[in-house]
Amino acid sequence: MGTQTTEDLLKTPLHGLHVELGAKMVPFAGYDMPVQYKLGVLGEHLHTRNKAGLFDVSHMGPAFLKCTDESLTGDAAHEAVAEALETLIPGDIKGLAPGQMRYTQLLNDNGGIMDDLMVTRSRQPDAQGMLFLVVNAGCKENDFRHIEEKLAGRAKLNRIDQERSLLALQGPEAANVLARFVPEANDLGFMELRRVEIEGERALITRSGYTGEDGYEICVMNGVAEAFARKLLAEQEVEPIGLGARDSLRLEAGLCLYGHDIDETTTPVEAALTWSIGKRRREEGGFPGAQKILGQIADGAPRKRVGIRPEGKGPAREGTEVVDTNGNVIGTVTSGGFGPTANAPVAMGYVTKEFAKKGTPLTLMVRGKPRAAEVVAMPFIEKRYRK
Amino acid sequence: MSTVKFTEDHEWVLIDGDVATIGITNYAQEQLGDVVFVELPEVGREVAKGDEAAVVESVKAASEVYAPVTGEIVEINDALDETPAKVNEDAQGAGWFVKMKLSNTGELEELMDEAAYNTFTAGLD
Repeated sequence: MGTQTTEDLLKTPLHGLHVELGAKMVPFAGYDMPVQYKLGVLGEHLHTRNKAGLFDVSHMGPAFLKCTDESLTGDAAHEAVAEALETLIPGDIKGLAPGQMRYTQLLNDNGGIMDDLMVTRSRQPDAQGMLFLVVNAGCKENDFRHIEEKLAGRAKLNRIDQERSLLALQGPEAANVLARFVPEANDLGFMELRRVEIEGERALITRSGYTGEDGYEICVMNGVAEAFARKLLAEQEVEPIGLGARDSLRLEAGLCLYGHDIDETTTPVEAALTWSIGKRRREEGGFPGAQKILGQIADGAPRKRVGIRPEGKGPAREGTEVVDTNGNVIGTVTSGGFGPTANAPVAMGYVTKEFAKKGTPLTLMVRGKPRAAEVVAMPFIEKRYRK
Repeated sequence: MSTVKFTEDHEWVLIDGDVATIGITNYAQEQLGDVVFVELPEVGREVAKGDEAAVVESVKAASEVYAPVTGEIVEINDALDETPAKVNEDAQGAGWFVKMKLSNTGELEELMDEAAYNTFTAGLD
């Protein structure tokens, strides 16, 4: 993206607000996005963990996937659209209750991860053949093309990324704050969706996020996005948070960043995402690369994503080589930095399976110099999702 | 009498006889954001101008700091180990990195004075 000029970059409906708030803007996935505001990455990170942070995630790709057969209603309609999507992903979508959300991955034929995404079943009784998807910004064109091609005739994709904005409100005060504007917010359980009204327009809220905190993702019409963001920011608990802190928050929470911790060469089992493959899918298979993935679930994958805690205070960044005590390369750091809440360097990366056990000593080659480290459990902080 | 000189890489060099105290400028710390770790060289190391002398880690990224002059490291700022944020709070004072015994004072001629540095940074971004 080095050659991209600011003029080539896409802007979210909140772009003007970011600039007004004094954000430092950077190119990200084709968009001109705020990396930090006046509080700075450290301050924004801690503020989100202590109170509430507002993120613009409008660069991501929300879409509806609808069952093509309009004669189907209720559970039958859900089954049909879920069955179609399950041919592309390993998550149990048929088993979702109305309004329930799940994390899963789009897979290539080799079981590699094309993208990770959120899938939510509609709560409305009259819209049971409809799923709400949110995919990553950098992958969305590819993802949507792939889904449309593969599911042609069975399900139809309705992209809404052009007309709707996505906000994330994250942190221990997020529920209190959102309930002032959207009373239903408090009743929502973790990983649940509800259709609500925001600024007089239809909106969707889900109790989800990517920071390890309780919080919401809010899908609103572009026309009211800025007005609503301003209302949230006017609350004393809320600060705007940029991509810098978003990255350190998700790293501390042990969550994967697409293109770094997971990509087309990693399977969900290697990525330690086996938990996202439900029992029924493990028994029935029927997703891309199922043979390979089910084999890895049974026998173990050759390498695995693990949490890494470098000794001392210096962070180990993405690309740092991991070696064993004899100096043999056994893996790579895929995300690493300083964890402001952990108050220590934290990292994740892949190691060959013999070294994946918690407590295994590792050596990191940080700028050519060996640094002691250890395999640790993730997350690096205590998760505080709503029970 | 001591004088302060600056480099295009945003280091400052405080010269007192043949000893130079070196750090990064206020402009640099603002660009870097919150400093969480500074890796400093060992005392006694000989560094040539342009050698990597330190690494500054912000929450997001690592940045190398290159020696602006040639000489021997005679002291390092141990306080940065406990409180790296000193670099943000007082970059051109308590947030200094190393002291070097200069082996070629002629190199100082190539550095900018404060007015030249201010003009230089004003022309950036």
